[in-house]
Amino acid sequence: MKNLMTENFEIQETWPQIKTVGLAGIIVTFSGVLSEPANRAAIAFLAAARSAEWEELEESNSTLVSTFLKIDLSVHRLEPIIERLQNLVDSRDWLAAPLPSGRTLWRVPTLFGTDRAPQLTEAAELAGQTIEQAITDLSTTSMRVLTIGFAPGQPYLGTLPEYWNIPRQTKITPNVPAGSLVTAVRQFCLFPYATPTGWRHVGVTGFLSFRPKSERPFPLSPGDEMIFDPVTEAEFLKIESSDQSGNGGAQTEMLK
Amino acid sequence: MNRTLIVRSIGPAAAIQDSGRTGFMSAGLTRGGASDPAALHEGAALLGQMPSCAVLEMAGIGGVFEATSDIRIALSGAVMDATIDGATVQWNASHLLPACSVLKIGAARRGNFGYLHVGGGFATPSYLGTQGCHMSAGLGRLIAKGDILPVGSDASTDTGFYVVPEQRLDGGKIRFVRSMQSDKFEGRTITRFTKTDFRRDPRGNRQGIRMDFDGEGFQSGGQLNIVSEVTIAGDIQITGDGTPFVLMHECQTTGGYPRLGTILPCDLNKVSQAPIGSSLKFELLTFKEGAAIQARSSAVLSGLRKSIKPLIRDVTTIQDLLSYQLISGAISAKNAPLDEG
Repeated sequence: MKNLMTENFEIQETWPQIKTVGLAGIIVTFSGVLSEPANRAAIAFLAAARSAEWEELEESNSTLVSTFLKIDLSVHRLEPIIERLQNLVDSRDWLAAPLPSGRTLWRVPTLFGTDRAPQLTEAAELAGQTIEQAITDLSTTSMRVLTIGFAPGQPYLGTLPEYWNIPRQTKITPNVPAGSLVTAVRQFCLFPYATPTGWRHVGVTGFLSFRPKSERPFPLSPGDEMIFDPVTEAEFLKIESSDQSGNGGAQTEMLK
Repeated sequence: MNRTLIVRSIGPAAAIQDSGRTGFMSAGLTRGGASDPAALHEGAALLGQMPSCAVLEMAGIGGVFEATSDIRIALSGAVMDATIDGATVQWNASHLLPACSVLKIGAARRGNFGYLHVGGGFATPSYLGTQGCHMSAGLGRLIAKGDILPVGSDASTDTGFYVVPEQRLDGGKIRFVRSMQSDKFEGRTITRFTKTDFRRDPRGNRQGIRMDFDGEGFQSGGQLNIVSEVTIAGDIQITGDGTPFVLMHECQTTGGYPRLGTILPCDLNKVSQAPIGSSLKFELLTFKEGAAIQARSSAVLSGLRKSIKPLIRDVTTIQDLLSYQLISGAISAKNAPLDEG
């Protein structure tokens, strides 16, 4: 509370932190680094803040380690909102909060490597793995949707074993196609449309995380899990030529 | 009656816009919408309708439009030359576009984004709940020659009003407040930022606009190790080489570069409209000052309908005749301050 209102440059080191974001809203941050508990806390805090149904709240989201509440601070007084948020923050141990209910596990047929995903070899080398070991790691780790963001529907997925903590490229790849699976810093991104990227392109799927003409334009939610099942080039071509839905042959099951 | 505008020719970057879509931020989709939201309010006030009506946003260059029935129009935002059947019409004003007449809108003389409003709003299809195009998300498309734009039904026939717009077409002073990552920057870096003369760089789009400057960059101490965090329109984002980018309405929902501060929404319109090369200077306000200035600006926009004035003064329709200073000739229909944008 005190730190929020000051105009000096002291660095806050206690968590969670509550801060204003311009005049556009308030952010609650659970850690200075990405961690599984902090991500879980951000998702749980978002659900709790939404269920409180504050009338000032325009919209909200959770990012890797934070919950953002969009509230017009030129209209609504800051102090009572901060007080309510502080009470909610203090009401429980958010780092111990459970994952949301109703989560989905997505199994997505994926073509790793080949000329369709040309940086698998490079990524495996950086992780100190053979290509076979790399495909096993990338295709058997259940990856959680940490947040949806950057582009519409786009998931950030984590996390791979520590030796996959490979840096982003210094050079940007000018264009990877829609459905591309890319990796850096123990995470995956799955791109909804063609994009430049600094992450390494290790797989390709027919799964589109943004389907503007569908009844459900954004299929994924934070807390969902994804497994990228390896398929042969022939199997992948078959899915690619037959699937019009953007689902790319993905199978789903409900998680408990 | 078939109420449409036929597009006879059009500039390279014209699209249907409105105030954008809310509720999709958690799905990775920012609000988007018109580049100059104040212009939506001005056009709506001139036509006596809601600012949520869809409009045609014209970046840099207008177009030629033919009406298939009598349609009321209003023009706002960047000042462009406009004629109806060859006769010049005023910008920041409402007019009747009679059936079969041709409206020509030229290149922007001041500012970047000009707006064509129609009585009843454009009745184009919605994408994810609203009509405004979101170019970076691929929702909607640019308007092309030969398009036929449907126009909504319109209960009113009132035209011939003007509004004096808020000054915002020439760059100038841009006010901002501290944001969640401002404390990553040293105080002297922020002070130097506020003392630097910036120019609007040609590198810019609907997601962000680069600020050009001379001298060293504005890096923060913890530049390289921050966790990606929420971004909002108006954020002043400092890239790895210390260059500021102002994030615009179609920015991504998260970003990994630190934000030095956040521009007041009312002043973000000035960044949108600032011509390439125009000078910009940033002023840091306290949270309280910023909130108060933004609240005042919002109040002005929502009260605009009361401040519109008739283009041609007809004594029989002036309600508050005695309040005008008639003797000294202070009222001039011809020299109304229409273009003071």
